[in-house]
Formats: sequence, C-alpha cells, structure tokens
Amino acid sequence: MTDESDGPTGSPGWFAGLGPGDVDAAADRIREGGAERPADWPTLAVESGFADGREGYDEALKAATTAAARQVIEEREGADDRQLVHAVSAMDDLERVVNELGERLVEWATSRGTDADGPVETARAIAEDPTAGEGDTGGDSVAGKGEDPEAADPADDSDYPRATRDPEAADPAGERLHGLAERVLSLAEERDATRAFVERAAPAVAPNLAALAGPVLAARLIALAGDLESLAKMPAGTVQVLGAEDALFAHLRGDAPSPKHGVIYTHEYVRNTVRGERGSAARALAGKLAIAARVDHYSGDRRPELDRELEAMGNARIPGTGSGVRAMGNARIPGTGSGVMAMRAGPTGVTGTGGDADA
Amino acid sequence: MPEVPIEGVTYREFDGEQRLATRGEPVYGEPTDGEWRLWDARRSKLGATIELGLETGLSAGDGVLYLGAAGGTTVSHVADFAGPTYAVEFAPRPARDLLAAAERRDRLFPLLKDAREPETYAHVVESGLDALVQDVATRGQAEVAVRNRRFLADDGRLVAAIKARSEDVARDPSAVFEDALATLGEAYEVLETARLDPVHADHLAVVARPLSGDG
Repeated sequence: MTDESDGPTGSPGWFAGLGPGDVDAAADRIREGGAERPADWPTLAVESGFADGREGYDEALKAATTAAARQVIEEREGADDRQLVHAVSAMDDLERVVNELGERLVEWATSRGTDADGPVETARAIAEDPTAGEGDTGGDSVAGKGEDPEAADPADDSDYPRATRDPEAADPAGERLHGLAERVLSLAEERDATRAFVERAAPAVAPNLAALAGPVLAARLIALAGDLESLAKMPAGTVQVLGAEDALFAHLRGDAPSPKHGVIYTHEYVRNTVRGERGSAARALAGKLAIAARVDHYSGDRRPELDRELEAMGNARIPGTGSGVRAMGNARIPGTGSGVMAMRAGPTGVTGTGGDADA
Repeated sequence: MPEVPIEGVTYREFDGEQRLATRGEPVYGEPTDGEWRLWDARRSKLGATIELGLETGLSAGDGVLYLGAAGGTTVSHVADFAGPTYAVEFAPRPARDLLAAAERRDRLFPLLKDAREPETYAHVVESGLDALVQDVATRGQAEVAVRNRRFLADDGRLVAAIKARSEDVARDPSAVFEDALATLGEAYEVLETARLDPVHADHLAVVARPLSGDG
C-alpha cells in the first residue's frame, strides 16, 4: 500500500496509509507533511485503494484541506487582537504598580541605609540577598545592615534552629521590607514577560503596523482604538491623537491648542524631531500607521514597501518604544522618490540631540 | 465585446456595461445576473489579464494551482470554470475569507502554505496541472514561479501578475519587470506580457509555458 501511494521520489502522498474517513489524521498530514516533487496523487490514491474514484478522492481532499486550513488559521490567530489588548493593558498596569511599590521600597530601604540605584535593582538586591535566604553564603549584603537572615520565611523561627545566627538580628521590619522586595521583583519579572509576549504577539496580529511602529506601540494603538478593526477604520488624524484624548477635548472646548500627537509621540520619528516640526512628523507617521493598520486588518500580509516608505521619510525605526536606542544610521536614508517628507526630514529630522534650538 | 476564449467565462451586462462573469455561488457580495456573477477586473489581476485579451490558455475543467489566493475573490471565479483548483495562501486573515469562498466549491482546495516552499505542499497538489496562476506579493515573485514549475504539465501555462512594488518600491517598474522576466526564463518561455496599468498600477501580466525538461 505504501509503495503505491509513493510519489516518483519516494515521498508518500498526503493520504498514504489513511482511510478516506481519517479527516483529522489527513489534516495533520497536510499541515506537517511534504514532498520534493508532486505526483499524480489522485490516480495513486485510487490505485492504493484510498479512494474509489476521482470524486471520492476530491471529497476526501476537500475535507482534509479545509480542516487543515481551519486549524492553521485558528493557531495563527491564537494571538488575536483582543489578547494583545489585554496583554498590553496588563503590561502598563504592572509597570505602574512596579513603579509605585518600587518607590516605596527605595524610600524604605534608604531609611535603613541601603544605597538604592533604582526600584527594581533595589528589590533584586534585597530579595536575592543571600544573607536573607536559607543559605548563609556570607556574601556581602548589597542591601546593607538592615537585612535579617530569617526574613525569607517567618515560619523558620518556630521549626528551624538557628544556632549559628545572631538572635539579636531578629527584625520584623526587615522581614516586611524583604517581602515587599520579593513582590516588586516578581511583578517586574511578570511585566517583562508580558512585554515579551506583546513583542511576540503584535507582529502576528498586525505585521505591518508592528514593523512600522514597533510591537509595543502597535499594541498600544490597537488597545486605544479597542481592536484592530476599529483602528483600521480610523482616519489618520484620529490615530495621530490617540492617547491624547484629554488634550483633544480641552481643545474642543476651546481652552487649549490642538494636540499634535498622542502615544505615537513615543516613536523615534516624532520624539527625535525638533519641537517645531513634531506636529508634521506626527501627522506623517500617523498616515503611514493608519495605512499599515488597514493592510493588516483587511489583507493580513506583510508589505515591506510600507516600511521602506517610512524609512524614506527619514524614519529611525526601533524595535520597541521607549528603548532609547537611536537608529541614527537610518535617520538620513536618502529619500528616494519620497517627496515632501524626505525633504522635511532631511534638515529637521532625527538628530538625536532632542534639542529645542529651533523652537 | 470580444468573445472570451474560455468556456464558462463570458461578458454579461451589469448596470448597462458589458463585464466579465462566471457561473457560481456569489462569495463577496458581487452583483449577479441570474446564475452569472460579476468578475470585477478592477479587483482581479487575472480578470484584467483576460479582459486585455491575453491568450491565457485557461480552459474549462483545467487543473489549476493558484498561488496567492488571498481572500479567494479571483480563485473563486477560477474554480467556477476550472476543474480541481488548489488555492495557496499564507496569511491567516484573508484565508478566513478564502475558506468561506471555498466552502461551496467542491473542487477548490485551500492550502495555508508559503508559495516560496513548494515542498510543503507537493505531497498534496497533483502533478501535470494545466495552469499555474500566480498573484503573490512577496519579493522574488519570478523565483516563486520557477520553483512551482514542477506542478505544471509540459504543455501547461503560467499566468502571473508581477507586482513591481513588491520587488522594489524605489526602482523603475520596467527595470523590475525586465529582471523578473529574465528569472522566469530559467524555467519558462514567455509567450505574452502586458502592463495592467492603470487598473492595477505597476503590474505586469505574464503568460508563459514551461521549458521542456523539468524546472
């Protein structure tokens, strides 16, 4: 049977060894299998007894290809825009809480003589301090004198003799500080893991938007719009001020100038443009992002020409937002055929100084 | 209106205009006239190619491999007149629409595969097909056609739309097309070409037949 369902180079067809009713197995075969060369599969299938004629073969092939396609679609869309919206919102919440608790931690640790570099560094130093853990390795406590050997687990006191440790060191406040540090640290780790998920998922959900905006900004824009479809339906002018709603409504009430940008400010192309030109940089970028969102929603395939257009505008693309990485090299890519924006980006575009000299 | 040399494809009157049409279940809300449904050449590069009068060699009952099926708009029309039609599309979002279009067409087989890697579907797509229709928007479109030569019968036809902007946005489309035709020459003899402008800007329609021997 296997012989008869083999192609000319010996690779079997998708149906080899299966019955016409094995749709799931056949779908797996269609997804995972392969062959160097095609063969007259319908004839081979009939000869091998898989199908009793071309019609039966087509019917089985139809069922198998449809099932396989459905599975692949579901898998690839597993990272759908709703999940991305939740993830990026969770990421922002985690960030806020880490900062809040971290500040408290630093303040507390400083009061106990700890030199604090930053909230997360402080948390790590305290939480991972070996003198606070079970193993007494004698390492220097970065967190300083406030650390209690027993802080890691208050229950230790009752069931674990600590003859080698100084009973004077019992320090309830240190225990709490240590506990807080551990929480801050694990929240920071969760924030990083969530960011990593967003960075993986955004290109699957919106490949063009993620390539242009960076995955995190892409996710934020989708979250602010509600979902990818809503973002795709927004005019570029709305995309430009997404995240600046307060300023926009203040402006609409007549109290304030119109906002020039919302979250897209975090994009290098806007942020590194001198102040007086940021409005037009934001407008140009928003136009490209709006197009990318539409391509992503309505087509879903990758259009490298979109990023090249943005590069031609004088874009400095970065892998994420707020990473501080300056793609200086890209800033002055000659704007081949890109017209007005290239002209503008040349003299006023990304300089990396962030200065307001022109303003 | 010229006759369309493909059985199952014809001109019908829609809104007082003679437009291409095929017979089949409507899939995307296109206008219908009885059992005929409008095949909009503005949305379909193959439709535009046929309207331009190129000899595509397509005929009723053909076995077809369609690369870059996208949402299934064009491939649904192909399946209306052709025989077994294998529709390859890689992006999951348009593939949902492709599935819907394929649902009512018994011999339209959707494959979520990368057209640049024919080894991943050569165990499914049969050999000796009559036509390879290609509308992929990746770089290296001519290379894709060359790699997929293996599915075509020796007297089969390649009907491709080459999109200049997918190769290089900045270069002159004519230069891009020249390169693409040179690459195609590795495995095909080009029979006819035509620019699809202005309906499909910077696209070149190509009809070619495989060189004897194997690609």
